[in-house]
Amino acid sequence: MASITAGVATSHVPAIGAALDNGKAGEAYWAPIFAGYDASKAWIAAEKPDVVILVYNDHASAFSLELIPTFAIGCAAQFAPADEGWGPRPVPIVEGHPELAGHLAEQLILDEFDMTIVNNMDVDHGLTVPLSLLFGQPDAWPCKVIPLAVNVVQYPPPTGHRCFNLGKAIRKAVESFPQDLKVVVFGTGGMSHQLQGPRAGLINRDFDIAFLDTLVSDPATQAKVPHIDYVREAGSEAIELVMWLVMRGALNDQVREVHRFYHVPASNTAVGHLILENRD
Amino acid sequence: MAENPFKDIPGTTLFDAEQSRLGYHLNMFCMSLMKAANRDAFKADEGAYLDRFPMTPAQKQSVLDRDWNGMLALGGNIYFTAKIAATDGLSFQQIAAKMSGVSQPEYAQMMLDGGRSVEGNRSKKDKH
Repeated sequence: MASITAGVATSHVPAIGAALDNGKAGEAYWAPIFAGYDASKAWIAAEKPDVVILVYNDHASAFSLELIPTFAIGCAAQFAPADEGWGPRPVPIVEGHPELAGHLAEQLILDEFDMTIVNNMDVDHGLTVPLSLLFGQPDAWPCKVIPLAVNVVQYPPPTGHRCFNLGKAIRKAVESFPQDLKVVVFGTGGMSHQLQGPRAGLINRDFDIAFLDTLVSDPATQAKVPHIDYVREAGSEAIELVMWLVMRGALNDQVREVHRFYHVPASNTAVGHLILENRD
Repeated sequence: MAENPFKDIPGTTLFDAEQSRLGYHLNMFCMSLMKAANRDAFKADEGAYLDRFPMTPAQKQSVLDRDWNGMLALGGNIYFTAKIAATDGLSFQQIAAKMSGVSQPEYAQMMLDGGRSVEGNRSKKDKH
């Protein structure tokens, strides 16, 4: 039987990917950010997940305004890194897990989460930067990846509560899959940041730390926080943090916080990162 | 109908259904810049390239003027308008600086110092 053993949350700032790809990871600006993931790389090398379900958002790469799925699950065998305007990132092709992804799509829809099924999709920095942060620069990603894209571009994204419950449904669906697979769920995006308008550059460290604390210890309460609070307190793009609730919903009520990292800034954004293991 | 609380947040345009409808063709123009051949055509003759899209004259002018806040007001979404910046060879920080009315070094220093504070920036009522 497949099971979810742990969750990872991380920001997915594009400039982090660019720094790595352009050999700048050792520079004074970037080194502290990558150092925050050293323990994570060791942890995931020991954890050895067979599959990562990676919750992220597309940034007008695979989805324009022609089609805006609220929740989309990638069921293909492979996903190519997207060309985001300056050529695709030089990272490995992402190998999917079509059997588990198809099972998840079926079970989630029967559980009343009406997923959009995607059989052909390029994946942008929202998906590949978290892989780079956890796995570094390998010739091939060491596990299969199921992309789960959430709309956070056009308001409204799904509510935090809906995301949290989707995580719970994902767990049920994974646990009904007959193969023995170790699954880790990634929730990505955030933390505080605003990329647009005269208020660009907003960072709210207090909000971010409180979010990290509450997400770990009392996720049901965090799930009730409305969109307006994220936007007003932590910036228009901080609304991405609802995606962390999908990851949290897929774990036990009680979790063990294995690792935490918080850093300001990476370009325009506060970087946050958690590793949570299920506690029996 | 109750007042939209998002409209009370200073310096912020929520990209909602209304903005998406207003900005559809502006954003689809931006999306076209994902292809190198289109970027070349745009750079060769910006006005002629924009005329391929059923955008309003104000939207076209905002692109020609690189009026980043103007584009947002006319329905642009930052993830889409950022593709114009990429075509121009500008970093995200450079357009963030322009949108917030400071120089790029000033903006970069603000970020290094911990970013823009939320104090005084939560509500238009905070602004005097």
